[in-house]
Amino acid sequence: MAVNTARKPRMGPEIAIAQVPTEVVAFPVARSRHFNWLGVAMLAPAVLYIVAIIGVPLVLAFLYAFGNVRVGSVGYQFVGLENFRSILQSPAFRQALANSFLFTICSQILVIVGSTILALALKDKFRGRGFIRFLILLPWVAPISVGAIGWKWILDSLYSVINWVLIAMHLVNPFTPPMWLGESSLAMISVILVQAWRLLPFSTVILLAGLSAIPKEIPEAAEVDGAGFWRTMFQITIPMMVPIINVAVLFGVIFSFTDMTVVYILTRGGPYDATQVLPSLAFFTGVLGNDLAAGAAISLFLVPVLVVVAILMLRMAQRAEVT
Amino acid sequence: MLASPTRNWGATSLRAATVVVFSVLLAFPFYWMLITTFKKTQDLYNLDNNPFIFNMKPTLTHLKYLIDQTDFVRWGLNTLTVGILVTIITLLLALPAAYALTRLTGRWGPRLGVGIFLTYLVPPTLLFIPLSRIVANLGLQNTIWSLVVTYPSFTAPFSIWLLMGFFKTIPRDLEDAAMVDGLTRFGAFLKLVVPISISGILTVVIFTFTLVTQEFVYALTFISGDKNQVVQVGVPIFLVRGDVYYWGSLMAACLITSVPIAIVYNLFLDRFVAGFTVGAVK
Repeated sequence: MAVNTARKPRMGPEIAIAQVPTEVVAFPVARSRHFNWLGVAMLAPAVLYIVAIIGVPLVLAFLYAFGNVRVGSVGYQFVGLENFRSILQSPAFRQALANSFLFTICSQILVIVGSTILALALKDKFRGRGFIRFLILLPWVAPISVGAIGWKWILDSLYSVINWVLIAMHLVNPFTPPMWLGESSLAMISVILVQAWRLLPFSTVILLAGLSAIPKEIPEAAEVDGAGFWRTMFQITIPMMVPIINVAVLFGVIFSFTDMTVVYILTRGGPYDATQVLPSLAFFTGVLGNDLAAGAAISLFLVPVLVVVAILMLRMAQRAEVT
Repeated sequence: MLASPTRNWGATSLRAATVVVFSVLLAFPFYWMLITTFKKTQDLYNLDNNPFIFNMKPTLTHLKYLIDQTDFVRWGLNTLTVGILVTIITLLLALPAAYALTRLTGRWGPRLGVGIFLTYLVPPTLLFIPLSRIVANLGLQNTIWSLVVTYPSFTAPFSIWLLMGFFKTIPRDLEDAAMVDGLTRFGAFLKLVVPISISGILTVVIFTFTLVTQEFVYALTFISGDKNQVVQVGVPIFLVRGDVYYWGSLMAACLITSVPIAIVYNLFLDRFVAGFTVGAVK
């Protein structure tokens, strides 16, 4: 993104776009006019498509949330905060809101710790690295619904291989083995672990890209100066990885907070809404339950987190541009 | 590493142990799919058997059942069709847009590019309720066309971003020379820039395909029947009859769906990573 070095507005792109008129005038007139018409024509299909398929539904989501829309209903009546009032009173919603944060935060902590360790272990070349990379990437590249159904079989109430091992090791009672997806807290732990399993490879490859950009001389110099293996790692290498860890976390937060696939396949939000998250509750309410207004209102609770992540990403892009 | 030989040995074995533990944890479900696919049903459901090995001779029954008795092949072809059409639409939208943003829109081009990238962050779970109504109004519900129309909304923004990175590396002088030789700006784009960006275009194709095979929410929302389903929803939802899971054929379907995608994705990995790191790594 280091395209222009001349002038750097401190704000994000929307501010930059707001400055366009003065900048266009600053161009040689003939050149800018010729270039801009073709540029607009080439850009128009993509922008119009994005407005139609992302922009319009986004506006509609807000309209639905403040209106009384149901499947088959005609007309639109503004009802203010009525939908929000009713969903805030529902215990299922409050549970889903809390679960969404628990699900995202816990899975991301596991992903960051795990992928940092794994990336450091994989950073130097060794024999068989290509094959190991293939194995490690499988959870990320396989369709998520398919990976989750694999886990549903591993966590099966009768034939769980995990329970078979635990019973063989005499760690659990063979007559009352753990019901991984049937007990509230175990089910929550299961969906968090599967989500972490799914995102760990993604985070690892991002961190590996970051590691390859750290000049090898710096950690090596530290070791020559007498800093031990662990000290070099914790005081030199890991601090230098912080910017790239931030990138991985931001994507991980988006992919976890807004996704319902793992929860939907493993538990359908159950038992008794114990693993319900905002996206899955929105699906059950708005799509299966036909209450578009309440479903849209639930979805809107994703927006604050998305806005915060977007702002942080813009800041990082800005910083990358400045350096 | 310049550490002493003994420490080097310690670090190496620590690294090897870490790599082995993580590989086993991450790849285990796929090993499990493999062994379940070829196990006899009596072997699968006998709790006295060691589940990690074949206690009876392997069988192809589950695979045969999957191919002959279910809609699996049909779903696979649906996914393929959607993938091809979405890829074409994505390229038609993204190639000109990315070129315009890198070359023709002056200094605000890259910033508008960031804006388009941010639309990639708007998740399907925020849009699916209004979109389901739009899809119904267009008469597209329960057809794969509902997916063909909506999927480019997440493939195009990321592809524009990836292609901008490619176009930036093409020297401007090349195009200027072509234009001096009588090509128009658009002609230079079509006849010069597109052909030399073929590896970027290939990246977009693979990327679009993998994103299409991974999408779950829209397909689940817009298509309610089983006939017109795509493979990633058909397998986990419609291979289950009532409450009965046919684990053998289910795992066979999972295996067949994941492995080819995984192999192709691996070949193009570095390019995807460059797209996600948003300029934080150069």
